[in-house]
Amino acid sequence: MLEARGLSVSFGAQPVLRDIDLTVAEHEFVCVVGPSGCGKTTLLRALAGLTPISSGSALFKGRPVIAPQTELAVVFQDYARALLPWRTVAGNVALALEARNIPASDHAARIAPLLAKLGLSGDGDKFPSQLSGGMQQRLQIARCLAQEPEVLLMDEPFGSLDAITRQQLQDEVARLAKEEKRTVLFITHDLEEAIYLGDRVIALARVKGNLAGRIAEIVDIALPRPRQQLATREDPRFLQYRHRLFRHLE
Amino acid sequence: MGAAFPLAVLALWELLSRGGVLAEDGFSRPSRFFVAGAKALADGTLLAQTAQTFGAAAQALVIATVAGVTVGAILGLFRPLERAAQLTIDALRPIPSVALIPLSLLIFGFSREMSAAVAAFACFWPILIVTTAAVRGVDPRLIEVGRLLAFPLPKIVLKLALPAALPGILVGIRVAAGIAIVVTVTTEIVTNPRGLGYAMTMAAESLQPDLVWATLLWVGVVGWAANWALEKLPIRR
Ligand SMILES: Nc1ncnc2c1ncn2[C@@H]1O[C@H](COP(=O)(O)OP(=O)(O)OP(=O)(O)O)[C@@H](O)[C@H]1O
Ligand SMILES: [Mg+2]
Repeated sequence: MLEARGLSVSFGAQPVLRDIDLTVAEHEFVCVVGPSGCGKTTLLRALAGLTPISSGSALFKGRPVIAPQTELAVVFQDYARALLPWRTVAGNVALALEARNIPASDHAARIAPLLAKLGLSGDGDKFPSQLSGGMQQRLQIARCLAQEPEVLLMDEPFGSLDAITRQQLQDEVARLAKEEKRTVLFITHDLEEAIYLGDRVIALARVKGNLAGRIAEIVDIALPRPRQQLATREDPRFLQYRHRLFRHLE
Repeated sequence: MGAAFPLAVLALWELLSRGGVLAEDGFSRPSRFFVAGAKALADGTLLAQTAQTFGAAAQALVIATVAGVTVGAILGLFRPLERAAQLTIDALRPIPSVALIPLSLLIFGFSREMSAAVAAFACFWPILIVTTAAVRGVDPRLIEVGRLLAFPLPKIVLKLALPAALPGILVGIRVAAGIAIVVTVTTEIVTNPRGLGYAMTMAAESLQPDLVWATLLWVGVVGWAANWALEKLPIRR
């Protein structure tokens, strides 16, 4: 579905990603972990067509991604910057419908179920500034779903939320990904979050010396679904995965 | 509450005038120029002149807004273009708008368009500069949201860049509105035989200080009302 082949990115003379090879299969939930500055955001932006690739390629369904396309939706960590403060909640979701040229008369009927799915029913007429951080991030996710993308690219989407909201949203995103049959590439620096959510976890690390990020290890996560905050995290295999991947974060 | 100060000034003025401190032929007297103003209002001349002057100013503002916002949005989005245009802007901007009166007269003759063209030139610059800065200051993340939704560039501008820059742009338009009135009245005083500016010139030449004062205060009152209306524009944020 989504692929990187020998993908490298440099900013000027500074290499940031070196020779990344990865494949995300259809309906797969893949997490990328790595320490700060190892190039996680850069990898996601390159796959989304936002950041130019220096060599190698990003492929969606076998075709090179050279510019953003509606099949690939991006959920940014800083939700406040990605929302339109002058539009209501419903209006923000409508932006994605406008992009798909859906007639305005159909908007209400399409927006309502999406807001319901993300627990925002009844907030349609509010402005983003009137929502809590968790609700704003839900709104950004609702807008991405309204785009009806095949792939969701999420960049530390819960990084700035409190622990309780984060757990709620983890479970919601896991459920939505399965229900809606979306393919997800999920970036986080939280190893436990990556293991909890992922079918696979890719550990990214910086090469000593030249500082460019590359893939250190890929681990398949064989934990049963649906996962549960307490039971899954206490599963001995969960702890084994944690031990195995932890060294890449140092 | 804000009206207390001007009313107090008018009252003091009336007193000083009656006491013989202020020369009557220059300073007139509030009670007299209210009468003169009421008469000009009643016979319709003042309203016709107002329509002329504020019509020209409004026309200038609309032209300058359309041109200034369009060019400003383009320059704000494309840095290299802004750098390329900088020299031209810096060379044209210091031209006093009044210096364009002879040229505008040649092109438009004695007409409303003659005043509007000169005022539009004066209004264009603040709107252009404020729009360029406001659009340049739009969070690049918002533009990325538009790119990710595969909006073509004009839609990114209309749906994202301009609404995000709107508060800044409105400040520019409000500043320009004041300039539009000042420059329009100036053209009428200097050449164009129409509108409130010409009315004041004629009143002064026929030694009617009451009418000069009445017209002058009227310009202030209508200008204040226009600014108030601009501030009350229904803009959702
Ligand atoms: N636009 C840019 N220009 C120059 N260098 C950049 C740019 N964006 C990122 N970098 C550099 O690339 C490296 C990787 O950045 P990136 O944002 O991808 O890291 P990250 O893994 O997402 O970090 P974090 O966990 O802190 O978000 C960093 O060293 C950063 O300084
Ligand atoms: Mg990042």
